Amino acid sequence: MKILVLGIGNILLTDEGIGVRVVERLRELYMIPDSIDIMDGGTAGMELSGDLANREQVILIDAVKTGAPAGTVVELYDEQVPNLFRTHISPHQLGISDVLGILRITGELPKHFTLFGAVPYSIDTSTELSVEFHPIMDDIVQRVVTRLAQLGVNLTRHLQPITSDNPTRMAS
Amino acid sequence: MTKRVIVDPVTRIEGHLRIDVEVDNGKVTKAWSSGQMWRGIEQIVVGRDPRDAWAFTQRICGVCTTVHALASVRAVENALKMEVPLNAQLIRNLMLSAHALHDHIVHFYHLSALDWVDIVSALQADPKKASQLAESVSSWSLNGVHELTQVQQKLQSFVDSGQLGIFANGYWGHSAMKLPPEVNLIAAAHYLQALEIQRDANKIVTILGGKTPHVQNLTVGGVTNSINLDSQSVMNMERLTYILSLMDRLDDFINNAYLVDVAIVGANYLEWAGYGAGITDYLSVPEMALDNAGTKFALPGGYIQNGDLSTFKPITSFNDEFFIRGVHESSKHSWYEDSGPLHPWKGETQPNYTDFQDEGKYSWIKSPTFYGKPAQVGPLANVLCLAASGHVSALKHTNFVLDTVSSLAGTKVGLGALHSTIGRHAARAVRSAVLMEEMRNQWQLLVNNIATGDTKTFNQPVFPKGIQEGVGFHEAPRGVLSHWIVIEDGKIKNYQAVVPSTWNAGPRNDNDEPGPYEAALLDNPVADPEKPLEVLRTVHSFDPCIACAIHMVDTEENEIVKVRAL
Repeated sequence: MKILVLGIGNILLTDEGIGVRVVERLRELYMIPDSIDIMDGGTAGMELSGDLANREQVILIDAVKTGAPAGTVVELYDEQVPNLFRTHISPHQLGISDVLGILRITGELPKHFTLFGAVPYSIDTSTELSVEFHPIMDDIVQRVVTRLAQLGVNLTRHLQPITSDNPTRMAS
Repeated sequence: MTKRVIVDPVTRIEGHLRIDVEVDNGKVTKAWSSGQMWRGIEQIVVGRDPRDAWAFTQRICGVCTTVHALASVRAVENALKMEVPLNAQLIRNLMLSAHALHDHIVHFYHLSALDWVDIVSALQADPKKASQLAESVSSWSLNGVHELTQVQQKLQSFVDSGQLGIFANGYWGHSAMKLPPEVNLIAAAHYLQALEIQRDANKIVTILGGKTPHVQNLTVGGVTNSINLDSQSVMNMERLTYILSLMDRLDDFINNAYLVDVAIVGANYLEWAGYGAGITDYLSVPEMALDNAGTKFALPGGYIQNGDLSTFKPITSFNDEFFIRGVHESSKHSWYEDSGPLHPWKGETQPNYTDFQDEGKYSWIKSPTFYGKPAQVGPLANVLCLAASGHVSALKHTNFVLDTVSSLAGTKVGLGALHSTIGRHAARAVRSAVLMEEMRNQWQLLVNNIATGDTKTFNQPVFPKGIQEGVGFHEAPRGVLSHWIVIEDGKIKNYQAVVPSTWNAGPRNDNDEPGPYEAALLDNPVADPEKPLEVLRTVHSFDPCIACAIHMVDTEENEIVKVRAL
């Protein structure tokens, strides 16, 4: 099965949307090869069960609350990831923890996980990341690219970023 | 001795929902439903292009994504008095059916069945007896001894490994759990099978919507699906046939497992047909538009008073004045400035937080009313309105469930049993069967319409100068959803979403009448205030999009017991 890069979060709640923003940024900067799936999981839960089931590798990007100061980035691997969600540290505990619990029961839990989590500055109502969080987003984008390279997938940059100023390939 | 029990469930996005009940002599005597968080998410779309609103509103809630997108585009179309191509209506109808079926199946099996089903008890079942029982009432192919034995072994291995996982927090062995081990085993098997089936429903949404969890094919004026039955890359016959094959599997499960399971659970918990009625004024809106203007619908909606079906008054179009004039929201008991009940187009949201006051303000949720009175919304309201309008499919499936319950319980159970906690579950299953049947019709209508050479899916919206007001409503899985928009010179001036959970979970209104959750909880039994399973049963029967953390406050001792609930 293809590697899944899954960003989750609510883009209406400022930094809570970091996972989705990282996925958007990856699409803006890089050509996404057929060998990986990259997905904006938004605020969903059970709808993601089919997309997660039986994956060999899942790279998850999410806002997390660990007690560490805002702006802290955490990396977790493999069984640490389902364990994290089991102890309900992420604000997305409800959706994703249910899905992972269910995949454990059906025997379809992904084999390997990488989680890049960032502690938010603000979860107020706003569609923009807080200013302080922009470098954190860039940092996580780089970490995802590095991780994918370790897993044998090298991303190539677009000649120009695909943004709303340059919407030629915004379609997907 | 009166005990105060606080049930403090957590919703993902719309805010925490907290339920307080006072328990006296083993019964609920007072109840408060309180939204604990203010987000003001509607403010995000003010000032924006109305054509973009749906993409934001579908992220309001983690569970009900598609529904907010649909209500939003309908609101703008209504404000612009636009018509929508028939293909677009039919594609929307297919998508909203698949979304609702996904939602209903997940709600019954994965979010609420464990209020009634004791998974651990299933280990004591005799798989042979269980299989005989299941096959005596259903032709579902996965009720065999072999299948049930495998499920039991799987459960045993979870228990042996000490890893019950998502089953770990159930009220196993609670005195209010009454199903025989064999029924628990059947339910456990269908719980697992439903995990597969819900993916089929979701696949249909994905194929039509371009992607999930957030669809991208909606647009003000129609849908962006291109239709060409012979092309490889767009909506073609191959995709439509694949959708039909997924529908066949869903149909089999809904009619042979879900409807039957609801009847078996209902027959074993018949006393719960006597609890949880609450507000019996019911509101639903018509759904599945069959014409460009939204004046003909496959599923009627309307208003019923005092649970009396003869009072049914239909809501007949997207411009229905009876609906549009009837909706107001009160802030008397909500943490906002109160200038009397206001129509959503005039809605105000000036925060005025006071702390939790039993007789005063205690919620961030406003209290919606229909002509000044609270109304219950959801599948029960929907099914009752369908029945009142003589909808053949709704009557057929309702009778099937009631007859099966009657035969299993050995006593005649009539339509009146639906006004209850267990009745809301039965109605949700009936609605699923109705949606399933209607979804087949919609599929055929779409194929037929395309066959006439009509491939149009989009009408261009035009924004005139000045002010336009619109409402978009949708009979969503949790009931009546309405988005109210005011547009000025092509930009959004005011936007209010009156969501199903607001109707049902709202606090006391301007006349101090309780909302549907609050009224439904009164007189519910509570065997053990430390494990208020019965309170959860009634709240969950409304399908709030929440998971719950339970806090029990003993006012005598002032101690807090925390219990996790599913």
